[in-house]
Amino acid sequence: MNEFVIDVQDLTVAYQEKPVLWDIDMMVPAGTLMAIVGPNGAGKTTLIKAILDLIKPVAGTVLIKGKPYVEQRPLVGYVPQRGSVDWDFPTDVLDVVMMGRYRALGWIKRPGKAEREMAMDALEKVGMSEFAGRQISQLSGGQQQRVFLARALVQDAQIYFMDEPFQGVDATTERAIITLLKELRAAGKTVVVVHHDLQTVPEYFDWVTLLNVRRIASGPVEEAFTEENLRRAYGGRIALLNRDENGLNGSTAVAGA
Amino acid sequence: MDLSTFFNIDYTLRTVALGAGILGIVSGALGCFAVLRKQSLVGDAMSHAALPGIVLAFMLTRSKSSLVLVLGAALAGWIGMLLIINIVRYTRIKEDGALALILSVFFGFGLMLLTYVQRLPDATQAGLDKFLFGQAAALLRQDVIIIGVLGGLALLVMGLFWKEFKLLSFDHEFGATLGLPARALDVLLTSLLVIAIVIGLQAVGVVLMSALIVAPAAAARQWTDRLSVMVALAGFFGALAGVTGAAISSLGAGLSTGPVIVLCASLIVLFSLLFAPNRGLVWRWARQQRNKRTLQDTAVLSAMMTLAKQHDTPYHAHNINVLRVMNLKRGGVQRTLEVLEAEGLVAEQSDDLWALTPAGLEAAQERTRFGAQTAPVEMA
Repeated sequence: MNEFVIDVQDLTVAYQEKPVLWDIDMMVPAGTLMAIVGPNGAGKTTLIKAILDLIKPVAGTVLIKGKPYVEQRPLVGYVPQRGSVDWDFPTDVLDVVMMGRYRALGWIKRPGKAEREMAMDALEKVGMSEFAGRQISQLSGGQQQRVFLARALVQDAQIYFMDEPFQGVDATTERAIITLLKELRAAGKTVVVVHHDLQTVPEYFDWVTLLNVRRIASGPVEEAFTEENLRRAYGGRIALLNRDENGLNGSTAVAGA
Repeated sequence: MDLSTFFNIDYTLRTVALGAGILGIVSGALGCFAVLRKQSLVGDAMSHAALPGIVLAFMLTRSKSSLVLVLGAALAGWIGMLLIINIVRYTRIKEDGALALILSVFFGFGLMLLTYVQRLPDATQAGLDKFLFGQAAALLRQDVIIIGVLGGLALLVMGLFWKEFKLLSFDHEFGATLGLPARALDVLLTSLLVIAIVIGLQAVGVVLMSALIVAPAAAARQWTDRLSVMVALAGFFGALAGVTGAAISSLGAGLSTGPVIVLCASLIVLFSLLFAPNRGLVWRWARQQRNKRTLQDTAVLSAMMTLAKQHDTPYHAHNINVLRVMNLKRGGVQRTLEVLEAEGLVAEQSDDLWALTPAGLEAAQERTRFGAQTAPVEMA
């Protein structure tokens, strides 16, 4: 049995008395690539933010490798939605990537040669090394996403939370990103990804959490990603495609709009 | 005129210019963070909120020492800021509403106190109303020392926490997940902004001080894509506006300093909006024209290639009118041909008969292969 590196118990979040997440339990073993899926407004982003202490939950505990998250921050990396920042900020790609080292660097110290090298390595891994000196306002959506991934890579974390890294990127970038995530998993890291495309869940991920305010299911894809669970998460708005011929257990699904 | 006579021209003017210059540097530099965090109006709210602090400080101490008044202003501005933060956090009022609320309530209260104080029988209050629109000419040596010490301190702290402030300004949540004490750093940065504002109140006034926070930063943003350069440039613009404005108002007949400084700052902003490379309006217009011309060149070249394909030799000449028809509605064919001729891509064989040159054929094939979009179109 794998060790559970992420252990969320009874997590409840409410905005102005309206519950956004209700009593979420979620255990994630080490070395998994997990998708969080669910309809719009299901609380996927909120769940990640509550785990990362960006939103104060009404109740619940979050343990990372058995200790409260706030004590384990250095083990945890984060890739926010790329739309959450203003890309017109006056800085360049290398500088943004080095921001992932700011905490490890400590107060007052400026990033130096070591940080620069780490950042260049990370840019290399996401295929962006030739963009190091580029103004961030001149990046395409896919390039912005890669820069954020590179910034998370230099955090050198054990556990990563990524909020919609595939949002609005082209097919090439999507392939590059999933290759990178699989490399991270192969290196023993745990990656939790808010994901929208149900069709690719069995192909990309080995663990899944279905969410719709409550936790519908959480576990290995073969067990949790069932027609029945999807119907419960998405209600009637779902069309199911049988794809048994792919050898994927049961079916995959496409969310209807 | 040698330097010593230049610097001896006028002791008062030198003091005033020095004070206005330093506060311009400080407010310009710190203003960058306010502008980048989309908090331009915070400065406005805080400078207005400082007014009751100034008057209350005077009423309690009966002193017009600038240190006392600056402390009062800072305290009131700081309380105003904390109220804004907490209104946003604990009520449903959004930030713009909270800013407007605090600004008007504090400023109104300050004006009421000011009116009351001015009706007092003794004359010690005289001059407090200068804090509304600023009077740089009244700056004394000890005022400039206070401006210098507080402003220098604020810049020093900004330098010490430079990378943290940069990160939180760009991506606040990511900074928080790294474990930075985000809230404390926010309060610290805003407190530095309060310092930048209160040291300027005597010279620029509560009503217009925020312009000296926002304008230099907005102008500086036009010229650079690096935060460090932006901050340095904004400091320079702030100093320029401050010194020029203070000098003009000190020499002129009873002009309030604030409006003159703001006017100078606005001119810098206007100039930057128009003429800065890349972002400036004139620059953008020129680039558009250039792109349009490149497209036109490509269109004419490709038209000539299409025509040439119908003949044995690609260098067959055609009448300009044929090209005019093919470039319907675009016009400027004659001018385009002349430009292309200058580049050696086409040649006029006889009157109005134009043909591709070998280099022109190559260019036409090159450009049409990748489509006209590959004409050097820069990112907007």
